[in-house]
Amino acid sequence: MNRGPEPEQASPGLMTGQINGIVSALRKSSVNNSTLLILWPLIIVTFTVLMPGQFLQTGTAQSIAFQLPELGLLSLAMVIPLISGGLNLAIIATANQTALLMVWIMSAHITADTDPAATWFWIVVALGSGLALSVAIGLSTGALIAFGGVHPILVTLGTMTFIGGLSVYLTRGKTLSGLPDAVVWISNGTIAWVPVSFIIFCFVAFGIHIVMARTATGIRIHMIGSNLEATRYSGVNTKQSLILVYVISSVLCWMAGVIMMARFNSAGADFAQSYLLISVLAAILGGVDPYGGFGRISGLFLSLLILQTVSSGFNLLGLSAQLALASWGAILILAIAIQRSVEWRRTNVDRARR
Amino acid sequence: MPRIALTTETTLLALIVLLAAIFTMANPVFLTIPNLVGLVEAYAVTTIFGSGVFVVLVAGGIDISFAATAAVSQYVAAYFATHYGWPPLQTIALACSVGFALGAVNAFLTHSLRVVSIIITIATSSIYFSLLIHLTGGSEIYNLPDWWTTPIVFARFDFAPGAFAKINLPIVTMLVVVVVTHVIMAHTRLGRQVYALGGNPESAKRLGVRVLGVQVFVYGYLGLLAGIAGMVQAHRVGQVVPTALQGSELNVVAVAILGGASLVGGIGTMPGVVLGVLLLAILQNGLNLIGVSSYFFEVVIGVVILFSTTATAMANRRAANLHLRAAK
Repeated sequence: MNRGPEPEQASPGLMTGQINGIVSALRKSSVNNSTLLILWPLIIVTFTVLMPGQFLQTGTAQSIAFQLPELGLLSLAMVIPLISGGLNLAIIATANQTALLMVWIMSAHITADTDPAATWFWIVVALGSGLALSVAIGLSTGALIAFGGVHPILVTLGTMTFIGGLSVYLTRGKTLSGLPDAVVWISNGTIAWVPVSFIIFCFVAFGIHIVMARTATGIRIHMIGSNLEATRYSGVNTKQSLILVYVISSVLCWMAGVIMMARFNSAGADFAQSYLLISVLAAILGGVDPYGGFGRISGLFLSLLILQTVSSGFNLLGLSAQLALASWGAILILAIAIQRSVEWRRTNVDRARR
Repeated sequence: MPRIALTTETTLLALIVLLAAIFTMANPVFLTIPNLVGLVEAYAVTTIFGSGVFVVLVAGGIDISFAATAAVSQYVAAYFATHYGWPPLQTIALACSVGFALGAVNAFLTHSLRVVSIIITIATSSIYFSLLIHLTGGSEIYNLPDWWTTPIVFARFDFAPGAFAKINLPIVTMLVVVVVTHVIMAHTRLGRQVYALGGNPESAKRLGVRVLGVQVFVYGYLGLLAGIAGMVQAHRVGQVVPTALQGSELNVVAVAILGGASLVGGIGTMPGVVLGVLLLAILQNGLNLIGVSSYFFEVVIGVVILFSTTATAMANRRAANLHLRAAK
């Protein structure tokens, strides 16, 4: 199937336009951005009507912005492998292990009376080691997938078990804690009312959006997700691109790890396990094709906004977090149903015109 | 000399024999019937789930809602058995019907919304599980009736004082499920239709396969097996905990894929899936016997998953190359 021109032949901007055109013509994504743009205001209006004057406040917006980055970064880490036709089951294990390493370094070297210069030195060392660990994890996962020819679900099941097991073994299942205030600020601090973690997330998400939509690398990743063999025959170094996918994914996990450890003021081998399937749910609600090839970061961003709005609304209504989770599942089905009915009506209108 | 075909099944079998040999040399207890029977018993629930997941994978779908389905049907059955004193047969039928119904919901949603089933089952899994925990407040049911929790032993073999093997209910249930699933998939028209649908949905449709009917069977069957697995799991542990089965979904899917079922459908055999489960079971048991720290278990299992999947993938590639050369 023709998925667009060769990467070398056209300027990136033009090419994305063409690819998006071809994509929308070829395949109906499960959920697209316009559906989400209908759904989000609808949800806001519903909550505003249910709680007049209580829901529509800056406080609500701020709490959404505080909660979003954690799941957001993990979902980004899931979306890139998904677009490449794979999956990364090890995202939580990677985030936890990098967080454990960073907390271990900081708690060992920073005490209340460490002078500021040394404190900053060790913070940088800790962050750098976490980053290095995540790159190492990404490189080995990517290499196993690229050279072993094994489906990513199996490879990352293996790495998830291995990394998680190693974390449990080294910590004996205990949590590590003790972080300097400067690090805790990442998750608690605000700059002009906007949470620092949210600002970080927005920059990262925008960066990933640019990489995925506007660069040759991003387009190669999309192509691999559509058809690995065809991409290889068209002269793309698919092995290199696949390794890059898992390196990016793991580095995003490291960022999630930083925000998680700052938020909990600790790290553990079994933190945030429930986020694994939720990150897939968020990705799919954002219109990412679970079989690869298609997906936009903007869609994921909208999907995350919707999910967090719903959970904040449920929280304000005094409903349980479990009920909010159940509603996330229902929203995914609802979004697909809306999408399908819009498409159905459109084809009928087209037929009537003819 | 006849060449042994390098299929996923034979590669897995070779790996299992190799591991068994290593474990036996390290600790002779490994290769005793009581140990092997206990090993199979511990993985009975996983195998029952695996059989259902295998059918869904062959049909070209991915269902991860079975753990939630099992938890819901287990809880409903336990509720009726404890509050209204329902008798065994009625309770089992209830668990099976709830499981089948929840599975059928997946089939109808997948079919009517025309999306891949992993999307629907991620959504329904989250709905089933969260609603269950919300409605029950996460509370366990301890006072299960005696007929449910009393161990049922069909045969008992004594070897030495203290060493005996019991063929109990979980093992028999598992064997029945595996045999029935194998017969359906390998020897009936319905099974052929499932393979056809998974291999190529469009041509299956044109050949007259009733897609919705087959899908309701496939997802309903997994739901029904999830109901049975839920009953067996509660039988083994003697209580019903809503969250007990949560988080095992992807492991079961991976085990089925390890056993040769394909994520894109149309490929896979029941014996392969059983071998996949057996590999993990032997590993867990063997590591325990040779005295590896339980903290280190997961690390070794991770390595073996990586190793065995790479080995089977390479074997498959070599087999494909042989085919190519033979064709020339």
